[in-house]
Amino acid sequence: MSAIRRWAIALGVLLLGRKQRQPRFADRARIVPPGDPDPRAEWLVLLLLLAAAGAAVGFIVFYSFNHLAHQTQYLGLALGLAFGFVAAALVVVGKRLVVTEELEEDYPLPGHPTSQEELEQLVEESGDRFTRKRLLLAGAGAAGTAIGAALVVPALSLGPLLDTGAFYETPWRRGVRLVDGHGKPLLLDEIERETFYTAYAQGADKELLGSPIVVVRFEPSQLDLPAQRRDWAPGGVVAYSKICTHAGCAIALFRKPTFPVVEPGPALICPCHYSTFDPTRAAKVIFGPAGRPLPQLPLAVDSSGVLRAAGNFSGPVGPSWSGVRSKRPRNPS
Amino acid sequence: MIRALVRYLDERSGTAPFLNKALRYVFPDNWSFLLGEVALYTFVILVGTGIYLTLFFEPSTAQTYYTGHYLPLRGHQMSVAYRSAVDLSFKVRAGLLMRQTHHWAADVFVASIVLHMLRVFFTGAFRKPRDLTYYIGLTMLIVALLEGYLGYSIVDDLLSGMGLAIGYSVLMSIPFVGGNLALLLWGAPFPGSPAFESRMYVAHVFLFPILIATLLGLHLFLVAARHHTQFRESRRTTEKKVVGIPTFPGQAPRSLGLFFAVAAVLFLLGGLVQINPIWLWGPYHVAQGTNGAQPDWYLGWLIGALRLVPDFDVTIGHYTLVPNPFWGGALFPLVVFLLLYLAPWLERRLTGEYGFRNLLDRPRDAPWRTALGVALFTWVFVVFLAGASDRVFVSFGVSYEAQIWAYRVLVFVAPVVALFVTRRLCLALQESDRLGRIRKRAEAEARGELPQPE
Repeated sequence: MSAIRRWAIALGVLLLGRKQRQPRFADRARIVPPGDPDPRAEWLVLLLLLAAAGAAVGFIVFYSFNHLAHQTQYLGLALGLAFGFVAAALVVVGKRLVVTEELEEDYPLPGHPTSQEELEQLVEESGDRFTRKRLLLAGAGAAGTAIGAALVVPALSLGPLLDTGAFYETPWRRGVRLVDGHGKPLLLDEIERETFYTAYAQGADKELLGSPIVVVRFEPSQLDLPAQRRDWAPGGVVAYSKICTHAGCAIALFRKPTFPVVEPGPALICPCHYSTFDPTRAAKVIFGPAGRPLPQLPLAVDSSGVLRAAGNFSGPVGPSWSGVRSKRPRNPS
Repeated sequence: MIRALVRYLDERSGTAPFLNKALRYVFPDNWSFLLGEVALYTFVILVGTGIYLTLFFEPSTAQTYYTGHYLPLRGHQMSVAYRSAVDLSFKVRAGLLMRQTHHWAADVFVASIVLHMLRVFFTGAFRKPRDLTYYIGLTMLIVALLEGYLGYSIVDDLLSGMGLAIGYSVLMSIPFVGGNLALLLWGAPFPGSPAFESRMYVAHVFLFPILIATLLGLHLFLVAARHHTQFRESRRTTEKKVVGIPTFPGQAPRSLGLFFAVAAVLFLLGGLVQINPIWLWGPYHVAQGTNGAQPDWYLGWLIGALRLVPDFDVTIGHYTLVPNPFWGGALFPLVVFLLLYLAPWLERRLTGEYGFRNLLDRPRDAPWRTALGVALFTWVFVVFLAGASDRVFVSFGVSYEAQIWAYRVLVFVAPVVALFVTRRLCLALQESDRLGRIRKRAEAEARGELPQPE
């Protein structure tokens, strides 16, 4: 009983008691100008701090539930509010409880001419005993450059700097079968007109830029391929690299005109920068930023009706680099 | 207690005189001076939430299969990095809050740096003796852009992969050395060697944050060493004297309050507003892409630039000299940042003003600087808008190709128009200021008061 009474009294004193301390530096000129107390602002700060504490406790409570629906939302709300209440308390402190003085201060001098000269002098005099400064500087330069180079050289282990041959490698060559994402071979008869298929080289890593192709079938009469590619599209099926020659994204869109008379023709489109290729005309660029057509893969059909590559791509796969057109793609094996 | 603390510190560090000075350091009071502080405090939140994320994220592109509770992904092949990011979103309690807050903070970080830079630019705060401070700030902006890009790239979701493919292609497109540099960084043709993920990770969680922190320290040191700039607000604010609120007690609760306000906004965003729901994008595979892909806002100008360039590679005969992504992805940002870096020097050359400047201009007071700045930022903004053409097409049905053609024209026309309109506007505002002063004086005289000199 008496313990409860003592606690109640202590709490009462804490809540209601006020005290202004006797200033210890009363005999000196004040640094911070005086201001009047603002009891209501103090109450407000106290309330805001308690609200912050409450919100923070709320965060801990929400955290301790194992399967709480919308837990992220409650956690964010609680922590955000806790910080928000502290921010509000500090704003009240800044605006109403501490003195806002306006001080003047001199901007620093533009420079310190004497010190600058002293520095110069110091450096100059320190080198007094050297009589062949330039030669020694050249020596230091040589040592510095060589050591710098020696320290940079190991960075070359990061990758093959000079051998760009890997850019030309693709897993395709004459006879490689076209398979879908699950490894099932693509049959000519199963390819429907004006539908978009993704295929890979059988047995190859699907994550190589040279592996994925798009396969689309048209009426053979719709196709307008260059003369030397006439036999690259058995049954009107054409295949192009699925990797955009502009910035390496996957050609994931196929535009199939619903009303061919009023709409633009079929197109393969990259969703990154909307490079647009005409699949009936050897993937010629008809809009967007790509600088060269999609490489075409020559196709053939074997005796069991499976689509196979009849060779490698017509050009290098993927985004371009200086000199990209100088070589033909090749198969590493 | 205060006495004991002060004595303890001073006897061991000898910093009492310094602290006395620092606590009375003067901050001129203007809301726009807080933009840089917002960036600083956002960085603190980024470091805090980022450290939490590293405790769960596994930076590895080793392939695995998802077996967790999120059904749409169950059984899908994905990298360990992506799986751990999904797990830290769904399995780790408070993980999603931290991840989303981190992502929001990254967006706010760059936004506040850009706004801060605009304030510095249009008030002429970059002039001597603060040009070095400005260069360091610009460098931080570049590092922050790269840091943000790496941050959403290491997750290895579909958008990460598409973004990396674009970054790879831009690097490849640098004339002559691009292909070599790309091979060096990625270790192998895209998607690169398995070590590439570690390289991005160490850059994102160590190298770049350390770099930003170092530059930040230098930036703040230089700000304090030369003191803040100020607007010409009263007769007391001059080139010689700075007027404002002292660090303590006036500025401290305001600044600390701003920190907590920034933290509050970021955690509320992180908890309540979804950002980058990687489980909806799915894991990245080279052969996959998604329509309507958009990067974080601060790379919008680059995707816009890449989309605007017409379809050409610069070739000599059969030799490709400059692949297309170079123009929008490399040259455009290079030119923009070069102009920003050159601004203090250009201004000195063009105006012949080499002196120290502690007082800020109002934008109207420097019509040419303001007009040229507005032209530059209009140029960047038009390109930024072009990056959103696909979303405009989806939302409003405006033909994508027509929009791109319109932007291809606007990108040349808009900056010129902006230049002349802004200059005219500045001059008109100056004129209205002058008339206002004349009217005030006339009214004062009419009331029989002595005219007050401005």
